[in-house]
Amino acid sequence: MTASDVVFLLLAGFLPMAWFAHRLGRNKAILLGNAESLHSQPGQYGWYAVLGLALPALVVAVIGAALSLLGLYQVPAIMWVTAALVVAVLGLSLALHFMRADLPARVIVETSISWGLRLASTISILTTLGILLSVIFEALEFFHIVGFWNFITGTNWNPDTAFLQGAGRGHEDVAQAHFGSVPIFAGTFMITAIAMIVAIPIGLYAAIFMSEYASHTVRGWLKPALEVLAGIPTVVYGFFAAITISPLVVQTANFFGIAADATNALAPGIVMGVMIIPFISSLSDDVLMAVPQSLREGSLAMGITKAETIRHIVIPAALPGIVSAALLGVSRAVGETMIVVMAAGLRPNLTWNPLEGMTTVTVRIVDALTGDQEFNSPLTLSAFGLGLVLLVLTMILNLISLSVIRRFRLKYE
Amino acid sequence: MSNIDLTPSIRRRYRAEIRFKLYCISAVAFALLFLAFFFVDLVSRGWPALQQAQVRAEVSYSAAVEAGQYRKAIDKSLRRIASRGWLRTLPLYLSEHPERVGEKEVLWITADSAVDQYLKGHPNTLKAKQRKLADRLYAEGKLRLGFNWDFFTRGDSKLPELAGIYSAIVGTIYVLFLTMVFALPIGIMTAIYLEEFAPDNRLIRLIEVNINNLAAIPSIMFGLLGLAIFINFFGVPRSSALVGGLTLALMTLPVIIISARAALKAVPDSIREGALGVGASPWQALWHHILPLAMPGILTGSIIGLAQAMGETAPLIIVGMIAYIPDEPTNVLEAATVLPAQIFTWAGEPMRAYAERTAAGILVLLAVLLSLNGFAIWLRRRFERSW
Repeated sequence: MTASDVVFLLLAGFLPMAWFAHRLGRNKAILLGNAESLHSQPGQYGWYAVLGLALPALVVAVIGAALSLLGLYQVPAIMWVTAALVVAVLGLSLALHFMRADLPARVIVETSISWGLRLASTISILTTLGILLSVIFEALEFFHIVGFWNFITGTNWNPDTAFLQGAGRGHEDVAQAHFGSVPIFAGTFMITAIAMIVAIPIGLYAAIFMSEYASHTVRGWLKPALEVLAGIPTVVYGFFAAITISPLVVQTANFFGIAADATNALAPGIVMGVMIIPFISSLSDDVLMAVPQSLREGSLAMGITKAETIRHIVIPAALPGIVSAALLGVSRAVGETMIVVMAAGLRPNLTWNPLEGMTTVTVRIVDALTGDQEFNSPLTLSAFGLGLVLLVLTMILNLISLSVIRRFRLKYE
Repeated sequence: MSNIDLTPSIRRRYRAEIRFKLYCISAVAFALLFLAFFFVDLVSRGWPALQQAQVRAEVSYSAAVEAGQYRKAIDKSLRRIASRGWLRTLPLYLSEHPERVGEKEVLWITADSAVDQYLKGHPNTLKAKQRKLADRLYAEGKLRLGFNWDFFTRGDSKLPELAGIYSAIVGTIYVLFLTMVFALPIGIMTAIYLEEFAPDNRLIRLIEVNINNLAAIPSIMFGLLGLAIFINFFGVPRSSALVGGLTLALMTLPVIIISARAALKAVPDSIREGALGVGASPWQALWHHILPLAMPGILTGSIIGLAQAMGETAPLIIVGMIAYIPDEPTNVLEAATVLPAQIFTWAGEPMRAYAERTAAGILVLLAVLLSLNGFAIWLRRRFERSW
């Protein structure tokens, strides 16, 4: 019996039992009193009985799961199910035993629900903690081996011999593995810059078109059409960049007599830019729409043309929102993975030429974690070092973006 | 306008006006043209994979075939045309159906991928002699391009003519189901708590900022979390649908919370106050009045979040879901793959026949995602209420 069978059995067994418990509780409440003497509605006594059934069983299930997951004691699955059932029946009979007409069933049920809700809302905090802790611990171990400054300031990324050190065979005659991350971050920023050069002007002009020029119907069609671009999976963009745009870039470059690598930084950059257009256009469109009409009308009444009104009145009023949208776009570009994994190449390359192949943080993370290296080899750990920097970078960008919009937003009555 | 004498400076300003509008229109045009080019390119690449070369051959289920000499099942002249991989399945088939040994049957059997590419006019490795044979068979009607059912009913294969998306689809269903089971209840419960019950204090504000932050964290970080916590700490099997589902659930959670909160917020206060005014408890007001009204919005957001999870690849690669999976998984602890990950693996294959199948897989994925999103939009329009 596998774990999924156990879960299935518990669920399949639990639902009819819960229904039965609900009936029992409700019927007993009806026997106990009438609408005046009962503290709560009969149905709420039913739910109280369900709680009596489910809570003890849940506790047993959680303890069993914790024991087997932590490897302390492997509980046989059948024992597990039996224990949960016995405890559930015990809990139910106790709950029924203590049931009186003045029992505040509704309060009990609602208090438990509100604790359940509270518990659910801590999951997101736990997720963040999980990400932070997992990344920080492994990253610290990595920095312990490689050294933080070597990692941040080194210009040579060459981890090929890291597995020898991981296996304890790093002798004098073996070339030292290098983990200098500067070329990797340079590649990331280059591709991000290309993406933003595509995304910011096109996204912003598209937003201006939608909010200022387009009629209501055109806008109603245009906005979902642009959002299709955001809904396309990144692996599809990656395939498209690698197999269609890259050759196009190489052909175009060759036409002008310039040499270009088959995997160049320009192709993933352009495609990533297109992917980010809808983020910027949607968010900017919203803030442009929020600029009050009276500002536009005041400006037009002074004899200022529409374009001038947009440039000098509407955009400055919406600027915090636009800047915040652009920062979110940058954060997305920095963390984007599949497009660069499939189209940007693996070569750490410190260059200003976007027609050469270069690698990014995310590519290196994927590369380090998909090989068959030991988990505690420096190469695998380097993924967590890079991940930590990536995480800090995107979090700072998000926080700046949030605070820009909060601090500089103009309030209109 | 024309009878007014325009000064040069006004002319210049009007020209700037027209230029500005042109910039705007060309930005929109660029985005739409890119979208059109993208779809046309992918469809033209993926369309051929829906057809597969098949050859008419007499298959003899002889004892020699059952013993493993599968190449003897068909006439010698056809052995270079038919798919070796298909023939290789015969001994297993016969050991499962021993009553058929000794029978003969005329079938359309899958042809080799080189023949397939030749028939489609793509570059291929077919030798001149076999090309002639293929041409002759085609003229005789014994070689054809038939609909590629195998693509939808078979799992991954090292031979492109037999590679299909079935195991990836089963894996996707498993992973998405788990994502839904974990993320939907927790997400909606969190949204209800934060929107309806939470006090306004520092902890709650921290949770809110934290959720917004989680929504903007790169998806690959959730892969690192899955690897370090679920696989290395809790010992969930690598590459399994369970670890993929858990990872995607954590990734989708903030999306669901944010959209569910927006849907709850959109229900006007008067409904809540009306319910409280006649003596309902806060929970009763929520359960009987607010939640039913917010449900379409919550559903729309959840579908969009799940569609996003369905197209996600990066975190799943990190937790090992790019293994070679020829057979579909039968439970959530077995190694599985998902459609986007299958697309990623095929995209890395050097053979041209795989590029075609990659694009076809992409078409399937896009069709499902676009219809999911379309359904969500329809749901929103259908049940949208203005108060």
